[in-house]
Amino acid sequence: MRSLLRYLIKNYAFLLFLLLEVVSLLFVFNFNKYQRVQYLNSSNQITASVYNSFHSVIKYFALAKVNQSLAEENAKLKSPALPSSQTANTTDSVSSNFIQSNSNYRYISAHVINNSVNKVLNYITLNKGRKDGVKPDMGIVSPEGIVGVVVAVSENYAMGFSVLNKRWGASAKLKKSGYFGPVEWSGGDYQMAKLKEIPFHVEIAVGDTIVTSSYSAVFPEGILIGTVHSFEQPKGESFYQINIKLATDFKSIHYVEVIDNLDKAQLYKLNNLIENGSADN
Amino acid sequence: MGRQIIKYGLMFTGLVLTQVLVLNHIQFSGFVNPYIYILFVLLLPLSSPRYVVLVMAFLIGITVDIFSNSLGVHAFATVFAAYLRPFVIRLISSREEDMSDYPGLMQTKISWFLKYITIMVVIHHTVLFYLEVFTFSNFLGTLFRMFLSSVFSIFVIILSQLIVFRD
Repeated sequence: MRSLLRYLIKNYAFLLFLLLEVVSLLFVFNFNKYQRVQYLNSSNQITASVYNSFHSVIKYFALAKVNQSLAEENAKLKSPALPSSQTANTTDSVSSNFIQSNSNYRYISAHVINNSVNKVLNYITLNKGRKDGVKPDMGIVSPEGIVGVVVAVSENYAMGFSVLNKRWGASAKLKKSGYFGPVEWSGGDYQMAKLKEIPFHVEIAVGDTIVTSSYSAVFPEGILIGTVHSFEQPKGESFYQINIKLATDFKSIHYVEVIDNLDKAQLYKLNNLIENGSADN
Repeated sequence: MGRQIIKYGLMFTGLVLTQVLVLNHIQFSGFVNPYIYILFVLLLPLSSPRYVVLVMAFLIGITVDIFSNSLGVHAFATVFAAYLRPFVIRLISSREEDMSDYPGLMQTKISWFLKYITIMVVIHHTVLFYLEVFTFSNFLGTLFRMFLSSVFSIFVIILSQLIVFRD
């Protein structure tokens, strides 16, 4: 016993090292669980207020660009032929009509106070939080297209996955044909992503528009994701390899809107009912 | 002692802020990102007890993690590098040398300092990059990113030594 104790004291550094590494690894492996603990991510008050005060200094440098994009969005909204409402109505699926007529979405405008494009997992921090009605699983869109989804919120700030995060993929569809599949980012270029699970018999062309599908409760249908940049048919597989150019320029997003689907609770309840009735939440 | 705590406290804050506000946003040829907060661990006095080095490494790692939403990854890599620090120092120092307690560029020989930060940065970055992607597929791709980032980090560290941490 005593020699064991002596051994432990002598090698305390190694034991401490092991302990700290195990703690770190627990954090890494339980990422999704801990991430929802609001103190350990960039939406917590201290971290986010550091980002916020830094951002309040540097935001002036982007004002010209922000003004321009807001002016463009204004023009788009004022012009009589509203493309987005048309697309939503031309799709013939029952579900889309259902969503059109019965869902309502609330938009919460927010400012991006931190954002990255150069990591394997990129996140975005917003200056709106629980106090403003932002909750996890709400979609984030910019004037150009989709941006991401909220993951964690604190009182005044929110943190979310951007599209440039391998842990998340948006449900998308080809606007022309209505075929759907997930959009995933595979690292590397921040302007490119991949659309998966589109079978070979679907006709696609470079330049085709890809929008959000109606199958997720996160985004309304028909929000722009990007356009087809290139595609190929890999041998021995049954799905296209489609590279898409993202509509949103993630390096220059400043103002975004958080989408609150007011019918989400109902949708989830229905889904759970359908799945097996014993869904765990 | 009090002066040391203030000095290292300022260094901690300065390095974390530089890392998360400036360097995390550098996008040099797509994916090269310098991580210089490891400098805090490297510059702790050589005589500091090992538990201090390990705990400090964990603290700065977890702080950077919280800012960059990568919980645990930076902490693991930094603690790993901190644990190997005494071995690296023993490996590259000869017995007769008269070492200053503060291992800065101005206080040690340039060749010693270069060896020291190169080995430590490479250890730290290797662990960091492989833990971050969490796969050995595309091994060479990650290695390449690790290499470029290491070069960049070492460059920034030397620059910071010449400009900021002079005493």
